[in-house]
Amino acid sequence: MAIVEIGGLIKKFGNFTALNGVDLCVNQGEIYGFIGPNGAGKTTTLRIMLGILKATSGSVKIFGKDAWKDAVEIHKKTAYVPGEVNLWPNLTGGEVIDFFTRLRGSPNEKRKNELIERFQLDPSKKCRTYSKGNRQKVALIAAFASDAELYVLDEPTSGLDPLMENMFRRCVSRAKEEGKSVLLSSHILSEVEKLCDKVSIIRKGKIMESGPLEELRHLTSTRMTIETKRPVENPESVKGIHDIEIKGNTLSFLVDTEDLDGVLKQIVPYGIAKLESAPPTLEDLFMRHYKEDGDPS
Amino acid sequence: MMSNRFAGTSFLIGSLLRKNRIKIPIWILSIAFSVIFFGKLIPDMYTTGVDRQIMAETMKNPAVTVMLGPGYGLDNYNNGAMMAHFMLLFAAVASGMMGILLTLPHTREDEEDGRTEMIRSLPVGSSSSLTAAISVSALSQLVLMLFVGWGLYFLKLEGMDFSGSMLYGACLGAVGIFFSALTGLFAQLMSNTRATSGASFVFLITAYIVRGIGDVSSEALSLISPLGLILRSQVYVKNRWYPVWITLALSLALFAVSLYLCSVRDLGAGFIATKPGRSKASKLLTGPFGLSFRLLRTPFLAWAVGMFALGAAYGSVLGDLEGFIESSELVRQMIPEQEGLSMTEGFIALIIAVLSILGAVPVLMFTLKLRNEEKKNRTEALLSNAVSRRGVLGGYLLVALLMSVTVQIMSALGLWSAAVAVMEEAVSLKTLITAALVHVPAIWLMSGLSLLLVGFFPNRTGFIWLYLTYAFFVIYMGDMLKLPEWTYRLSPFGYVPMIHADEINFVTLLLLTFIAALFMFLGFIGYERRDLEG
Ligand SMILES: Nc1ncnc2c1ncn2[C@@H]1O[C@H](COP(=O)(O)OP(=O)(O)O)[C@@H](O)[C@H]1O
Ligand SMILES: [Mg+2]
Repeated sequence: MAIVEIGGLIKKFGNFTALNGVDLCVNQGEIYGFIGPNGAGKTTTLRIMLGILKATSGSVKIFGKDAWKDAVEIHKKTAYVPGEVNLWPNLTGGEVIDFFTRLRGSPNEKRKNELIERFQLDPSKKCRTYSKGNRQKVALIAAFASDAELYVLDEPTSGLDPLMENMFRRCVSRAKEEGKSVLLSSHILSEVEKLCDKVSIIRKGKIMESGPLEELRHLTSTRMTIETKRPVENPESVKGIHDIEIKGNTLSFLVDTEDLDGVLKQIVPYGIAKLESAPPTLEDLFMRHYKEDGDPS
Repeated sequence: MMSNRFAGTSFLIGSLLRKNRIKIPIWILSIAFSVIFFGKLIPDMYTTGVDRQIMAETMKNPAVTVMLGPGYGLDNYNNGAMMAHFMLLFAAVASGMMGILLTLPHTREDEEDGRTEMIRSLPVGSSSSLTAAISVSALSQLVLMLFVGWGLYFLKLEGMDFSGSMLYGACLGAVGIFFSALTGLFAQLMSNTRATSGASFVFLITAYIVRGIGDVSSEALSLISPLGLILRSQVYVKNRWYPVWITLALSLALFAVSLYLCSVRDLGAGFIATKPGRSKASKLLTGPFGLSFRLLRTPFLAWAVGMFALGAAYGSVLGDLEGFIESSELVRQMIPEQEGLSMTEGFIALIIAVLSILGAVPVLMFTLKLRNEEKKNRTEALLSNAVSRRGVLGGYLLVALLMSVTVQIMSALGLWSAAVAVMEEAVSLKTLITAALVHVPAIWLMSGLSLLLVGFFPNRTGFIWLYLTYAFFVIYMGDMLKLPEWTYRLSPFGYVPMIHADEINFVTLLLLTFIAALFMFLGFIGYERRDLEG
């Protein structure tokens, strides 16, 4: 069942077209990654989903309802964590969490206390004294402490330390176990990889690629760094590798995933001393598209 | 050992002076200029001794004493005595504020933001930062003293001799140094910047109030307050220096205690811990109205009390009103002339109109509050919950409307309570409250206009303040400048009936209310339809 359905979404700010035909579909129980570089239009898309911005044209349906007209109805079952969390300086974190969960109409005291403990938040402090990370924790706790069906999270880990990031991933996994849907934006591919079933990649207001992560990775290259016992002869002639760097016996290159098998077979005879492979980064994904578009800007 | 604790102090003083090279001159010049300029005005305002003597009679009024301090030399109310009576207390409050605001950033604030820690990693002693901060502030006060002293002396006015002028400056400097040392002490005791500035300002305000009560009831009570004490120097009348010496000695004692506390505590720690806030929301914080009320309740109460005090301040001159009006050509010109209206009634009508426009300030602030929240990126998270935009905007508007009625009643009450104290035949409370309440529809109209801006021109909300300033200007100065009728009609306040003269014109009031409601309605529609910034 589709929870989020976005079709042909266009958003203009004056003359500037921030979104130029975005399509997106999140099904129930999916953890969906929405990735793209800064300024690509992720926040704008999420804000339109939340009825904070009005679409110039296109359709945005959540739970089958119109995101702009039925905003209040939709919000009863949706929890949102904005990218830039700003809270009222005079209220304490605990007050804000209670207030938000009450407004959503599904406060869950037990879960709230558990989350406050897990995220190590001091709820008795005024929000003015919180750091960016702590403000983000307040918003995350408020989101996960309410019984929402859909979680919309805009770069939720940008202020968290690794320990808390881990905590956050557990919250998302639990939501998935409970059959909830999560839409998560990020500009870091590796973060999305750890969590998401499906991703959409947005750039300059357009979706460039959508689908299960494996499929996308299939299209991309892996960076390999291999130290061999003897120097590899004529590495340029090996089919399917590019961006080669040679430092003594160490060879570093990009290899298309479908050529991986062949490439390794040719290198193994030189004797492997050390082998490292790095997953494709967001940049690598884009590099591939730039090459196809012939538009490296 | 001892010298180690103060190592690098002169280096830090130099760097603080450089850092504050704009701020310090601005403080000194603005206080000195205001004081000297006021001195310059006195002979123009009160040209003859007779004028001043009439004023002296008015000044015997206890309500005036509460505000300005005791009048010394009222029997021979020369320029000097007047200068001390009118301006010394206010100027001392200003230099006290200067002391607080120059000290705070370089004590607890630097420590809280981690700058002190960086400085400590340099070869400087543990007491050097505090010593440097206080020294720089004290130095500024010394310069202020010289500026004011010489400036007043060079006015060459009758009754303002050299020693009196220097004492005048020294009084300001001493109070400034005292509050600087006090802030230094609070910076050791409190554990954060807000608490430090809060404690310092509460002390300043309390000192002012205690002195006010003391000045009309008990001399001993006034002496407890540093502001009360400093006024006992009777500048230009008796020229006593002991209050200055006592104040400076106290400052030194405060500084010594601060140094001790600073040496025994950890960096970043305080002796009074920040009291934790509530970790759960109260039952009231459940909906949009709960939120707007929670966020606005402190300014709401402050404005209610403030408008009462302002009403009382204006009311305190009602006692010898006819005399006051007779004595001042300026005041006579300001009062609207209307048939069937005595001078006193005209004056009260003017006061109420002015108070109403001032009372509109919080109402408009509250109406615009949501727009400011939006600019600060706080509405996005709020509106992503199951609340409507209408509800949130309505929550703020409701508090604004409550405020409009409250400020009007409070300023009328303040006016009345002072009038009862000073007038032989006081105006009735009912008349005053009615006179104040008939302004409410005009305030609503301004509020409606603000809401219209919030809905359709969110980047132009500043316009409403220009408009209110215009309304204020016309009401305050219109009669004096003989402005034509239509200039009044350009602001909603120009349509409000004058209670003593006119029958209340309900049609006008209803019309104002109707237009206000229409603007509000449109404002809601605009806000529900537009993009939000954050
Ligand atoms: N209110 C606005 N007015 C004009 N331009 C905007 C506004 N909000 C966003 N933009 C522009 O739209 C583009 C997309 O922004 P955004 O959605 O915030 O990107 P992302 O979240 O992917 O980093 C950016 O170029 C940004 O400058
Ligand atoms: Mg963003």
